[in-house]
Amino acid sequence: MAKIQGKVWKFGDDVDTDQIIPAERLVSTNLDHLNDFIFEKVRPGFGPTVKKGDILVAGKNFGCGSSREHAPLSLMEAGFSVIIAESFARIFYRNSMNIGLLLVECKTDIPEGDEVEVDIDEGTIVDKTTGKKWTFAKYPGFIGELVKAGGIVNLVKEGKFQ
Amino acid sequence: MGKTIAEKILSNHAHTDAYAGQIVIADVDYVMVNDVTGPIAFRKYDEINNGQMFKEKMVLIPDHYVHNKDIASAVQAKEMRDFVQKHNLPNYFEVGKGGVCHQLMVEEGFAAPGRLIVGADSHTCTYGAVNALSTGIGSTEAGVVFATGKLWFKVPESIKVVLTGKFKKHVGGKDLILKIISDIGVDGANYKAFEFCGEGVKNMSVPDRLAVSNMAIEAGGKAGIFPCDDRTREYIKDFVRGEYTPVEADPDAKYCRVLEYNLDELDSMVAFPHLPSNGHRVKDVDVKIDQAYLGSCTNGRIEDMRAAAEVIKGRKVADGVRFLVVPASQRVYRQMVDEGLMNIFLDAGAFVSGPTCGACLGGYMGILAPFERAVSSTNRNFIGRMGDKTSEVYLAGPEVVAASAVVGKIVTPEQLEGN
Repeated sequence: MAKIQGKVWKFGDDVDTDQIIPAERLVSTNLDHLNDFIFEKVRPGFGPTVKKGDILVAGKNFGCGSSREHAPLSLMEAGFSVIIAESFARIFYRNSMNIGLLLVECKTDIPEGDEVEVDIDEGTIVDKTTGKKWTFAKYPGFIGELVKAGGIVNLVKEGKFQ
Repeated sequence: MGKTIAEKILSNHAHTDAYAGQIVIADVDYVMVNDVTGPIAFRKYDEINNGQMFKEKMVLIPDHYVHNKDIASAVQAKEMRDFVQKHNLPNYFEVGKGGVCHQLMVEEGFAAPGRLIVGADSHTCTYGAVNALSTGIGSTEAGVVFATGKLWFKVPESIKVVLTGKFKKHVGGKDLILKIISDIGVDGANYKAFEFCGEGVKNMSVPDRLAVSNMAIEAGGKAGIFPCDDRTREYIKDFVRGEYTPVEADPDAKYCRVLEYNLDELDSMVAFPHLPSNGHRVKDVDVKIDQAYLGSCTNGRIEDMRAAAEVIKGRKVADGVRFLVVPASQRVYRQMVDEGLMNIFLDAGAFVSGPTCGACLGGYMGILAPFERAVSSTNRNFIGRMGDKTSEVYLAGPEVVAASAVVGKIVTPEQLEGN
């Protein structure tokens, strides 16, 4: 897996799925443009400002609340390549890994706007703006396979669940 | 080495000896989707396209935006109906024959001791109340279960919650879980399962346990599991499907943490915006409200309706307050009519509707205007959860919701005396 580089958008602790995408947007007719609605109640107009490859950095318990897969889907569609947080809520973690949105569990103090490089294979994060560096644990066995396959649907197609 | 209930249920379903921290692929007993999470699961199922479908394991319950809120939700609900017809699926609950998914999963007998149940809705953890290991998952993986009958699980560590004593009058499961979440925080049980035990469990009704297990996720929990006892067997006997095998923890099972609560000492609780962990004792607060909401998978059962009706009987909803009563299922709705509860609520000036998730998630039928406040028997009070981003939701139990509707402020039923 290659290195990922992008500009950082910064969020705090306990970012819930209602903040990521409000419940009233969860209809199937919105499925091809979920990114229009991300963070619309807490950061109006945010969706279109994200560029492909940008990186979201947050505190602890990112993605708590609902099981709505629309949350990681909308972030992926907005262009985010990876989310770095001190910790992730359980269902958000599953959903993201299952659909191929990369999550990195690591406590950092990267400010908004910095340019950051994440090396998934090496388990390193470098803030290119400040030069600061962090390391994170590599994905354990099964999760590593999931990431490598690009999501759970591909794993099923490879016969993993037979 | 001894096992927790979660370790045993996952071991049984993965046909291996599983302990906390391991990842297993396990056979799932049931997988549930609703109208919001179903459509993505249907697309993923079609994408997998392996020629298999585990129809008997699949339960499809429209509840979030039905009866149809608007054209978009009508299209979405129809997508589920079309999928059901195309594949001739047996476990679908149409509007008028169903209700809120987690209530249906229990009263239609899918939830039972020892079972492994997943659902594309975070409050799937509700069925831990009847000794199941049940947990919320995403849509893509629901599609995987449709096609394979299996799913991957990380075996959770368990937090042992030892309960003693007995609830005081007007105090119940909602107050206990709000207290626990306030003590350990909204991520205090992330990736972990709660396992409840002790003498206090015997004194708790199954509906109280359902309210507790329902909100395990609000502390980040994977599950909130109770032992199976006589109350459990009695509660499910009229509707359980098939045989079931209760699971108990081994005496030497390992827990990552032990919490102790004496139910005698618990007071009515209310969680302030915007997190379920912002708990206060109701008697310590002074908050005016615009709306009181009684319903949801947390507290929309007949026992909740009875408790609220007892509080509001012969009284009137305060001027300037809307009191919304939303039973969690068609069965509960029918019981309210049969038991005369409907008249009590209507006489008080409440608005009573049929079952839906409705305003709990800011869907419809009870949306809050800017800066309005609601006291609600639901499970989440995040920013904008029930309406405008400046509106506020205060979480409480059914008796507090009913008493607050009468006074126009958040109060306990005891504070109602004289009103």
